Amino acid sequence: MSNAAPENFHDRIVPPSGAPAWLTTFTAGAMTFLAVFALALSLASDRLATRWAEALNRTATIRISAPDDQMALQTKAVLSLLAETPGIAAARALTGEETRALLEPWFGPDLPLTDLPLPQLVELTEAPEGYDGEGLRQRLAAEAPGAVLDDHLRWRRPLAQAASTLRLLGLGAIGLIGLAMAAMITLAASAALAANAQVIKVLRLVGATDSYIARAFTRRFTMRAATGAAVGALVGAAGVFALPAQDAAGGFLTGLGFTGWGWLLPLAFIPLAALVAFVATQLAALRTLRGLT
Amino acid sequence: MAPNQRNPPVIAFDNAAYSYGGGELLSEISLRLAPGSFHFLTGPSGSGKSTFLKLCYGELLPTAGRVTLFDREVRGLSRDGVALTRRRIGVVHQDCQFLDHLPVASNVALPLLVSGRPTPARDLSDLLAWVGLGQLATALPPSLSGGERQRAALARAVITGPDVILADEPTGNLDWELSLRLLTLLVELNRMGKTIVVATHDLNLIRQAKSQVSTRVLRISKRRIQLAGADL
Ligand SMILES: Nc1ncnc2c1ncn2[C@@H]1O[C@H](COP(=O)(O)OP(=O)(O)OP(=O)(O)O)[C@@H](O)[C@H]1O
Ligand SMILES: [Mg+2]
Repeated sequence: MSNAAPENFHDRIVPPSGAPAWLTTFTAGAMTFLAVFALALSLASDRLATRWAEALNRTATIRISAPDDQMALQTKAVLSLLAETPGIAAARALTGEETRALLEPWFGPDLPLTDLPLPQLVELTEAPEGYDGEGLRQRLAAEAPGAVLDDHLRWRRPLAQAASTLRLLGLGAIGLIGLAMAAMITLAASAALAANAQVIKVLRLVGATDSYIARAFTRRFTMRAATGAAVGALVGAAGVFALPAQDAAGGFLTGLGFTGWGWLLPLAFIPLAALVAFVATQLAALRTLRGLT
Repeated sequence: MAPNQRNPPVIAFDNAAYSYGGGELLSEISLRLAPGSFHFLTGPSGSGKSTFLKLCYGELLPTAGRVTLFDREVRGLSRDGVALTRRRIGVVHQDCQFLDHLPVASNVALPLLVSGRPTPARDLSDLLAWVGLGQLATALPPSLSGGERQRAALARAVITGPDVILADEPTGNLDWELSLRLLTLLVELNRMGKTIVVATHDLNLIRQAKSQVSTRVLRISKRRIQLAGADL
């Protein structure tokens, strides 16, 4: 027994709707394209924030250069000073071994460093709330004149915060893009529903349920959004790929590109766009249908 | 076939009225259509025949009183309930509403398709051939003549084998021969136990029917519906 209803019949039960259709595909494409950049920005900021925050967590050092007889005294003074300085989690004097290990890359293993007057290094770990660098410097000058605070990484603190903020902005932008897309698709779906009022009336008359009629629209708009999003995601990813690489930017900025499997992330926008379109169309359709007999 | 009086009516009006917003078009309508009955509905143009039929399948809700379909009050039906009820009622609309972008065959099969039932291709082509549209299965509705549209509408109304068939001027655009053929189909369906209501101006058609099957005539006059006398 052959069936007169072709497989794709339910997709054609509503006539193609021209402008709203293209608006949906285009919107999904453009929004996904933008979302890919927002995602790239967000991920790059994330990497920057993490890297800089790590650098901050790492230690600052105090270098003490003093005549041999004063070295131990000044080291002790520095350590006790650090112990009562707020914002410093820990402080530790490096052993001669450790100091030599630090210098080895510069001079090679064979140099008889033992004979050289090496400065004493004190490693300090900053507490999350941070310490007052200028104040510490002044007190060091008073208590241990041979001590120099080397905290060149501290300037990165505001940058790390900025990077975190940028990451949040990127995620917020993706959220806004999703909402804007939902709004546009709702409009497009409502237009398509209005244009097909007669079709909907006939379907109701022959006993179609609301969910059946809504499905005819959601299926179509979901497919269109997914198609648009696929194109947008690929073009967006290609655009990110074409940006100058990390090294070309001079090593200061992390490249805006994705890394490794991260290149697959833009693909996640395709089901996401489809989901947004599905929900937007379903809500619009059920709202419209409830207004009819 | 004599209406079975013990069975509950398929369609019942209890003191129902309808108004499009001005004065009442139909008032104090109380009637019961027993399963298996065959009724004609007559009345002057504009008297409310189409309106009455729309009340019979829930496109319109009574503005007063109650309309009951298959023992369920229409007003109490959910939206899905209305849809499911309509699957048991085949309607030939006066203005034959089709999906103009789909071929005649798909339009005729539409009630089956939307309810997810299979559409055997043989049955569909047999039905189309029976109403004389075998050659027009792939034509689009806007290209059909008035009579062809009415025949397609009738085919669509009966394809699900509904319990009730409501036909609004189904022979308005048909010649006598086709009208008789259509009547024969309705009589056959009635003999199978279907409840039939046909709105028509065509007294000849009513006389012809009376010679074949037990029918009653409802006449709308002065906003009321009355059983017409035997003189028709
Ligand atoms: N949607 C509507 N809004 C307002 N008035 C309407 C509407 N539909 C019908 N009417 C009016 O209600 C009256 C009855 O209409 P209806 O279509 O039921 O008449 P009818 O008996 O079927 O007429 P005909 O024999 O010409 O088909 C008419 O005067 C018509 O103008
Ligand atoms: Mg009418």
